[in-house]
Order: sequence, then structure tokens, then C-alpha cells
Amino acid sequence: MTATFVGMPRFPVAAKAALADTQLRRNLAHATATIRDKRARVVAEVDNWEELRLAGAAIKDAALFSLDTQLVLLEERLTAAGATVRWARDAAEACAIVAEVAQAHDIDEVVKVKSMVTLEIGLNEALEAEGIAAWETDLAELIVQLGDDLPSHILVPAIHRNRAEIREIFQRRMTGAEGITDEPAALAGAARTHLREKFLNARMAVSGANFAVAETGTLVVVESEGNGRMCLTLPEVLVSVVGIEKVVPTWEDLDVFLRLLPRSATGERMNPYTSTWTGVTPRDGPQEVVVVLLDNGRTRALADQVGRQALRCIRCSACLNSCPVYERVGGHAYGSVYPGPIGAILNPLLKGVGTDPQVDSLPYASSLCGACFEVCPVRIDIPSVLVDLRAQVVDAHRARRWGGIPSTQTVAMKGAAVTFGSGRRLGLAERFARLGTGVASRFGASGWTSARDLPRAPRESFRAWWRRTDGGRS
Amino acid sequence: MTSHTQGARDEILGKVRSALSGTAPTARPPIPHGSAPDDVVALFAERVADYRAVVERCTERQLPPRLKAALPEGRVVVPAGLSVQVPDAVVDDGLTAAELDACAAVVTDATVGIAETGTIVLDHGPGQGRRAITLVPDVHVCIVRTDQVVADVPDAMPRLDPTRPLTWISGPSATSDIELDRVEGVHGPRTLHVLLVG
Repeated sequence: MTATFVGMPRFPVAAKAALADTQLRRNLAHATATIRDKRARVVAEVDNWEELRLAGAAIKDAALFSLDTQLVLLEERLTAAGATVRWARDAAEACAIVAEVAQAHDIDEVVKVKSMVTLEIGLNEALEAEGIAAWETDLAELIVQLGDDLPSHILVPAIHRNRAEIREIFQRRMTGAEGITDEPAALAGAARTHLREKFLNARMAVSGANFAVAETGTLVVVESEGNGRMCLTLPEVLVSVVGIEKVVPTWEDLDVFLRLLPRSATGERMNPYTSTWTGVTPRDGPQEVVVVLLDNGRTRALADQVGRQALRCIRCSACLNSCPVYERVGGHAYGSVYPGPIGAILNPLLKGVGTDPQVDSLPYASSLCGACFEVCPVRIDIPSVLVDLRAQVVDAHRARRWGGIPSTQTVAMKGAAVTFGSGRRLGLAERFARLGTGVASRFGASGWTSARDLPRAPRESFRAWWRRTDGGRS
Repeated sequence: MTSHTQGARDEILGKVRSALSGTAPTARPPIPHGSAPDDVVALFAERVADYRAVVERCTERQLPPRLKAALPEGRVVVPAGLSVQVPDAVVDDGLTAAELDACAAVVTDATVGIAETGTIVLDHGPGQGRRAITLVPDVHVCIVRTDQVVADVPDAMPRLDPTRPLTWISGPSATSDIELDRVEGVHGPRTLHVLLVG
């Protein structure tokens, strides 16, 4: 993949461009409406869904609040089961470990299970720089990779593409796909043929993990197509990059997430395939198993008392599918592999605020309608985290502003405080309100009024009317 | 472990501890159970069929002819400890991926069936074989006994051994990656044929 999110513009700029793309809006409206309906149907089947959500949130919190002991236990159990555990502070360290494992075996080609964390750390590009080709094997990731495109959704990275566009990409980039139709079954069949040989000959695979069970050292991959099973089973070497927040304490805990995740993600009672494995199994599957435990900003997020709940996220994408902002602008506008409501909080939490204007713009990419919180299977209160992050962004900029020159917003807020603080001053202000709004919409507040109507002030203020009519009695 | 990784380990664990300073462990509610269905086996059959898998119920005596009818032309691979005889089948003794790719079908037993979700779990014991044999051939005929079927996922967990590799199968290989429309048949077996015995 040659495309990159590096250097993406701030959200409002990117969103404006995306909104002008009518094809994109049609594709997204169709796909998100389909998945919302499916999710609602299978969630309604579960009579104790809310209890399950509470249990999911509580299990993740229990894991996060004892994360140090959970990680040490996970490492111990993995090592006992024959896996090698490596730790990576950041993206560069994690990529270097994966490249090192490949090079130690003289491997110049790896197959990949769909994994958000490997996109987050830019693994494909890092491996390419070391002369190692990384093949995405998930259908949507393959569409993105072959189209030199960027992912726009956590679960379905090619959600912005319709079947005709996918056919065009396949015809251009796959040998033998010239005469293919745009039927989804035919397109899936073409991907099967295209990747078959790669799977049968691959010597090394790279995966992420949906969950890591501390008490047993078990990793879990939840998938649909069987590409995950191919990668986890056929090669000799398997490297799994696992964010440290993926830990769940016990085997029984996994049950709750296997009930929450498929229904929230693809709107199915269960996804077609879930694989669990614990280290190395003699004579079955990869005989060298490496697990890379990755921080890359997660400990920063954990230190944020309001925001740490974002680490409960199980990457189901229900918040994206239910978000009115995401549905209209799509995933690319968020400038990250994590788009949508969860991306609007996760990116600032992982990267910190006050340094990158693109990251600082994300907490504002929301109308705070709350639909994301309602569907979240682990009850992440995204609107509250967004509001808290907005305050952090403002504070960071206030602290960084040199020479004490205040922003327009600070001046406006200070002015409002003075005006509203006195009846006399408010009365005076009201007399000039009509003039003021006219001026504001042209100059000071044009950032606000470019996308919204600024109401015209009435000819007479309420206080003036009260005085003139004696409270409506005369 | 290299010293490079050791430094990273200590730093990450140190940051976790400092991020958590002052927090108290949280209480955990009990894991909720759904209500049990009246006929667990019937629900299992219905839910598996929902994924467009083929489901047939039969008795132990009917199993051999049903099995014969379910198998396509071509080579059939079976694990060494399969509970029934499959005439002319190749017994897996570590076949390569390419050899498995030349097999038309595989027959296995199962460990658990989950009614609520229509899921079959394999623990790859003697009657189920290595993970690769149920993955590469295009047809998977899976024998599930009615006493292996449980109501829901929480009932399955205690029957499963997490130290073994497990494969949870819910219907044939599928994808929702094109316009979020589910279509069957990508990399795993495109046909899942379940013989529900008992």
C-alpha cells in the first residue's frame, strides 16, 4: 500500500471535500443502513443485551485496572506454552521485531490477517522498506491494497467502494479477472483464486488478536472468510502484534465478548470463524509463535481518567455505522486507521493533544447526539470523552499561546461574561444586537456561519418589550 | 528475551503502574445467561441452516449411507480417530497443504454444538484432526451428536479446553466486505454439511 494518512488535513477541511463526493455518500448510506438494520435485528433477539453490555464493560475495566498483573500473567502463560513474548514501546519497535523475525528465517514475503493494530503501526510500509512483501488477505483489505487506497472503516475497510468500483480494481490488478462480473459472489471467488497459492506456500503470517486471555495465554482471532484460519494454520512462523489493552482476565470472560462482538459488528449471531490458540501446538499449525505486546500510546490513554474507557473498545464498528457524521463524510476525513466516533477519541488519547492540528480537530467531529454510546457493546461513553477532550484541546492551546495573545473565542467568552454579569450592560448590548449579528456573520463568526444560520436578533428585546408593555399588562 | 525488549517491558509496565496509581479494582457483575430454549437440538439445526449450511438429522444406523450421499466425487480426507468408517478415505498423516488442496472433502467429528448461535466448535482432538484438514478441502462434512449440543455460548465454555487450539465454525466461509452484503464462499470450505446424529 503506497497511500498514507500522514499529512492529512484537519477534519473540517477533509470533511468538506468528502461531502462533495456524491458516489461516496451513496455507497456509505447504503452500507451503513444495511448493517444498522442487521445489527438491530440480532440484538433484539437477545433478551439480556443490556446486562451483557454491562458485563462486557466491567470485564474490560477489571482487566485495565489490573493491567500490569494481567500482562505479566499473560507473558508467563504464553512463554510456558512455547510462544516468545516481545514488548514494543512504539510502532517503530514493533515493526522492527516483525522484520527481524522474518529476516532470521530468510523470509521476504508474509501473509497478513486483517488487523487494525498492524495498520496503526504502518507495518506494511515498514516491511516493504526492509524488502519484505506483506500481502493483505482479508477481502476488504485486499481491495484497499490493490486500489492503492486507504481504509475507511474498522470492520469493512473498503466500505466506501461499491461492487462496480471493486470489479474495476480487480480487473486492473488481478490476472485472470478480466471477464469478471460485479456480483459479490463472483468477486469473492476471484479473491479466493488470487490468494490460494499465497496461502498454500506462505512461510510466515502476521496477525493481530481480538482478545488475549491472561490466565491461559490464549489468543483469539474473530473473522469471516477463512483467510485468518489460513494464516494462523498453514505457515511455519506466526507473529501476532497485540495491543496491551486486548487482555481479558479469564477464559469464561471470553464468552461475553463472543456474544457481544459478532452481533455488534456484522449483525450476525456468530461470525463464520473464530480461532483460538495457546502458544505452539506440536504438529499442528505454526511451530514458531511470537507475540508482540504493544504500547504505542495506550499507557497514555490509560492515564486519562475520563478517556481510559476507550481502551475497552473491541473494534466492532457499531459506532461508525450509527454515526450521522460518519455516514455523511466517510472514514478518510478522520485521517486515521481509526475513523468515526471511536477514532475521534482514540486518536487524541493515543497521540496526545496540543501538537497536531489534525488530531486536535477530531474531538469536534461530532454533533454529540449520543447514538454511538447507545450501540457500543462495552458502553464507552463517547460523547462525554469527546467533551472532555475538547476541554483538553482548548487548555493545551491556551497554555501554548505565546505572548499572551488570546484567541477570538477567548475574547468572545470573556466579553460575554462581562456583558451577562450586569443588567445594565446586557440592556446596552441588546440595543446593538441586530447590528452585532450582521457584523459577526460577515467577520468574526464566519467560521460558525459558513455552515449554519445565525438567527437575526428581534427588533425589540424581551426586556425592552417588558418595560414598554408593563409585562404584557398594558 | 533480548535486552532491547527487556527495557521496553520494564518501561511499559512502569507506565501502566503510574497510570493506574490511585485507582481501585472494580466490582464485576455475574456473567448473564439467556433463557434456555425448549428444544436445544431443533434450535441448533435451524440456526446452522440459517447460515446456508446443509443440516440433516439422522440415527446412528442411518449415518453411513447419509455420509456417503453427502460426499462429492474425489478424494476424501479423514482424521485418524474419526468415529465412523469412511470407505476409500485418506487418513491424514501430516499431508502437505498442496496434498490437502487436492482433496475434495473432509469428514470430522465435533466437540460442541451451540444452539443459540448455530456454531460448531472443534478442539482438533483425534476425531477432528489438525486444523489444516478442515480448512483446505472445499467440502466439510461434520458429524455432531445431539448430546454435544448446548444452549448458548456460556454453556460451551466449560466444555472447551483453552490449551488446545479451537476452531469455532458458524456456517460456510463468508464475507460481508462488499456493500455489507453476506455472501458465502471465500477461503474456507464453501460447503458445510452437518449430520446431526441421535
